[in-house]
Amino acid sequence: MKPVVDIRGLTKRFGERIVLRDLDLQVPPGVCFGVLGPNGAGKTTALRAMLGLTPVSDGTIHIFGQPMPAAGRTVRARCGVVPQADNLDPDFTVIENLRVYARYFGLSRIDVESRIQALLGFVELTDRADSPIATLSGGMKRRLTIARALINQPELIILDEPTTGLDPQVRRMIWARLRALREEGRTLLLTTHYMDEAERLCDQLVIVDHGRVLEHGSPRDLIHRHVEPEVLEVRGAAERTAAVLVDIPGARIEQIGDIHYCYTRDARSLLATLEQHRDLTFLHRPSNLEDVFLKLTGHELRD
Amino acid sequence: MDTPSLPRLRHAAFAIWARNMLVLRKLMGSSIVINFGEPLLYLLGLGYGLGLFIGGQLDMPYMTFLASGILAASAMNTASFEALFGVFTRMVPQKSYDAMLASPLEIQDILAGEIFYCATKSLIHGTGILVVATALGAVSSWSALWVLPILFLVGLTFAALALIMTSMASSYASFSYYTTLVMMPLMLMSGVFYPIAALPELMQKILYGLPLIHAVQLIRPLMAGLPVTDVALHLAVLAAYGVTGYWIAFRQIRKRLHV
Ligand SMILES: Nc1ncnc2c1ncn2[C@@H]1O[C@H](COP(=O)(O)OP(=O)(O)OP(=O)(O)O)[C@@H](O)[C@H]1O
Ligand SMILES: [Mg+2]
Repeated sequence: MKPVVDIRGLTKRFGERIVLRDLDLQVPPGVCFGVLGPNGAGKTTALRAMLGLTPVSDGTIHIFGQPMPAAGRTVRARCGVVPQADNLDPDFTVIENLRVYARYFGLSRIDVESRIQALLGFVELTDRADSPIATLSGGMKRRLTIARALINQPELIILDEPTTGLDPQVRRMIWARLRALREEGRTLLLTTHYMDEAERLCDQLVIVDHGRVLEHGSPRDLIHRHVEPEVLEVRGAAERTAAVLVDIPGARIEQIGDIHYCYTRDARSLLATLEQHRDLTFLHRPSNLEDVFLKLTGHELRD
Repeated sequence: MDTPSLPRLRHAAFAIWARNMLVLRKLMGSSIVINFGEPLLYLLGLGYGLGLFIGGQLDMPYMTFLASGILAASAMNTASFEALFGVFTRMVPQKSYDAMLASPLEIQDILAGEIFYCATKSLIHGTGILVVATALGAVSSWSALWVLPILFLVGLTFAALALIMTSMASSYASFSYYTTLVMMPLMLMSGVFYPIAALPELMQKILYGLPLIHAVQLIRPLMAGLPVTDVALHLAVLAAYGVTGYWIAFRQIRKRLHV
């Protein structure tokens, strides 16, 4: 099937600085597609370029098979956008925000009124319909932003860090709603810094860094391809831990701060060794997407 | 992205206009006192006092002269303030334009809607002044109703001009330059309060190159029931300023938002 989003060779410069370099991205219809990457990797810039909101230096972008930014208006009419920073209209109440936003899409008041009620229910804000924006919590604002992005019944929903800064209850509620949208056959494209979120929601994902795609696949594929299945996180004084772990066969060891991460296919000998060193604390767990992410993007801080 | 030489008005722009009107409706109650109170204050406070000195040299009552000037100046002020503070607030701290641009709307639609809204405010405010002026006996002809569309046009012109300032501003602080260095001198010298014949010849020449005097000279004879002269010239100057202002502001704002 033709991809909903088809980006080829996308390059974007801010002055001298290259933010996206030769980026390729294809999102098939009906999937939940994740874009992971460290701060400053270029995720938001790529999304803005897709919507025709920033000029690009090189490459082509097609959304629904239409070229961007040339087809900007028709494409945006079929997209829903949840931006990284909330930009709800503070001059209005919750329900007015939805009504006013519907007008931006040329939708008439009569057509959208029942849809607005349904959307308020969908994000559980029905009883806050008449509240001013300033009185909402961060989680409510995020839910309203999601409802607003659905006002035009979009085929493609673009979400830039939809659950950053939200409590576990709200995050789970949003995950459930996003899965429901996917079940309806809509295509979701989201960025996130939460690996558990990506693992739970995304059918496919890319890991980008320095404006380039490093890897592409399903969460399970990526874990399988890049890291050993088991991890032991060993904590203690760095020198002491290093001395204990020095000659364990078959383990790949990485140190971040005071923690040594030991990746292995078989943790038994490691566990036996650690049992003899009671002064070291450790955690034994299956490897996950975060391990892949750290392996591919390195350990240095960004920005 | 196309680069229009003329402002583009699409139906979509009215979504922005309607958004702002909805906010205005919410505030209408509290602004009604200002709408009628301010012109009343001006006309009573200045009209009777200054009328004693200037009145004799005019071909109309000073109250009519002053009301015409205040109508023009208030159309300028109302539209300018909204295009400065209102537009900046929506564009920068509120990030409302970012939300609008994620919909099918484009920058031209937003700016056209904003300018139309500014002009609508000029019209509403001007209507208040016209009512007060009529009550004070300052209107001598039905031709004064023609003032209303002119106020709208003057609002369009000054909104577009002020948008240039807004498009370049990094904070509200820069707007006091515009209000003191552009709006204030225009208001004091464009024949709003006294006939410009009182000014040195060179200054008069310069004034005719600026927009506000043309608004005054369209409005004043209509208020007094006198024939309007040089209509095409006045309209052309106002339109030229408006279109140029829009064009510069649009390019600046596009650079600012589409980075
Ligand atoms: N307007 C701009 N001018 C100059 N540089 C910019 C501009 N916007 C973004 N950048 C730079 O482009 C790079 C990518 O930014 P972008 O916001 O796309 O990253 P991101 O992956 O979304 O990061 P985060 O996870 O922190 O949101 C960063 O280095 C940023 O500093
Ligand atoms: Mg970002």
